[in-house]
Amino acid sequence: MKQAIIDLSYLVSAILFIYGLKRLQSPATARQGNQLAALGMLVAVVATLFMQEILTPAQMLLGVVVGGGIGAIMARRVQMTGMPELVAAFNGFGGIASTLVAGAEIAHIMAIGEGMLGVVTAITIALSILIGTVTFTGSFVAFGKLSGRVSGNPISFPGMRLMTLLLVAAVVGGAAWMVIGAADFPVVADPVVLGALVVAGAALLLGILLVIPIGGADMPVVVALLNSYSGLAAAATGFVLDNTVLIVSGALVGASGLILTNIMCVAMNRSLLNVLVGGFGGDSGDTSTGAGPAADMGSVNSTTADDVAIMLAYASKVIFVPGYGMAVAQAQHAVRELAEELEKKGVDVRFAVHPVAGRMPGHMNVLLAEANVSYDKLFEMDEINGEFDTTDVAVVIGANDVVNPAARHDKASPIYGMPILNVDHAATSIVLKRSMRPGYAGIDNELFYNSNNQMLFGDAKESISNVVTEVKAL
Amino acid sequence: MIENLIIFVLASFIGREVISKVPQTLHTPLMSGSNAISGITIVGALVVAGMVGDPWAMWIGVAALIFATINVVGGFLVTDRMLQMFKKKEQ
Repeated sequence: MKQAIIDLSYLVSAILFIYGLKRLQSPATARQGNQLAALGMLVAVVATLFMQEILTPAQMLLGVVVGGGIGAIMARRVQMTGMPELVAAFNGFGGIASTLVAGAEIAHIMAIGEGMLGVVTAITIALSILIGTVTFTGSFVAFGKLSGRVSGNPISFPGMRLMTLLLVAAVVGGAAWMVIGAADFPVVADPVVLGALVVAGAALLLGILLVIPIGGADMPVVVALLNSYSGLAAAATGFVLDNTVLIVSGALVGASGLILTNIMCVAMNRSLLNVLVGGFGGDSGDTSTGAGPAADMGSVNSTTADDVAIMLAYASKVIFVPGYGMAVAQAQHAVRELAEELEKKGVDVRFAVHPVAGRMPGHMNVLLAEANVSYDKLFEMDEINGEFDTTDVAVVIGANDVVNPAARHDKASPIYGMPILNVDHAATSIVLKRSMRPGYAGIDNELFYNSNNQMLFGDAKESISNVVTEVKAL
Repeated sequence: MIENLIIFVLASFIGREVISKVPQTLHTPLMSGSNAISGITIVGALVVAGMVGDPWAMWIGVAALIFATINVVGGFLVTDRMLQMFKKKEQ
């Protein structure tokens, strides 16, 4: 009876999670969806607390208050630009929790002293420790890279591949040790305990080695992938404890992370393997051999804020193309103000957001939402790419490689085949840029040399503010 | 065990169906929100921390509980904070 009530409560939780995720399909219902998912979590926690034989309420309270307090502070303090590293850190905490639960399960069976560890359970415990620990260290390396505490450049050393292979062998060996020792556990506990420690130790290093060779610019893919791992870790823990709600939720998150990983890879025209092998692009953006503008590309047209203001104010359709450079310059509020001023003058204003704009999937949309840009003005690449042909002015702010026409035709270019925004199809394009330095792929941008392109050099925030002043004066 | 595997596979398909329809605009909240859901390990932590007996099992469980709770509480709160910024302005 008791078990039936617990299981039914878990079913309610699972339904709330699925329904909550479904509400995330539209910005209008998304907030409610997240609240439904949170309610699902509450149901699962309360059911577990009331129905299991919880003997130590003081420790429970301690754990929830400490963890909840830390989580709430982190959630409140984070800047929207820092969202990728926060998600990475949360992933890491989820991963280590899975590892610890599996470890506690071993300790628990030892304490009871009955032989309850089958071969299958031994394998699931090993898996739970492996995935949880790789997620943990991998996420914190990603956190370090994203927050600038660790160099964003790809790191590799001689023998790294070999070391990775040895660690994988150690994981397999440790797991095999656990499986072989499972029959005599817990009377003879050493093989299982030591095997688990070997798996955990090897996985600890493996998580680090898997993420350090990946460049800062590829971190969005890694964070999405680690998100998927954190789900799989929860599911593995569910297998260990024979707990349905863990399995269902873990599977949902695992699927979510994989879908996002795939979207990011497609948007960069790279295979997941190619990203994971790493070595592509640091975060400094100067990996190029010839960093300056290529001599044979001709000259660029430079323009001024008042010219830009006139062009924009008398246009009928304008598309803004924001990149992460806009957020670095903190220019998003100025951009929103400019968009509003233009709309007052009857200009049709839209924003085109490339899938890899920002440092995690959908990051740019959050940054623009924070600056109060209405979400119905934000368009995905496929929705808006046909619109550039009828656009008078396209304004590129802090984006580079995602508007480089070379991706369409130059087979020698490292970004060849990457889907781009068709900014060059607009009657005029304006690029705001600090200097002629190339983007993260380290290549020159053909767009800048087009005869109908104009460069507005300088700090993006300052430039846009100047344009706003000029537009107001018109 | 086989039952669990069946549940896992079916849930993965549901996840794929539901999540592939989430628009790009909401991918960051989707990540932080689903991340909070993966904090469901909190249930596992409660189970092991509350089990009879061994102090080792209990304290490892309490540590797991702290980490999982950071994940859950932080994840849902930050997602809510983001989603309340997504507004449609009337012209």
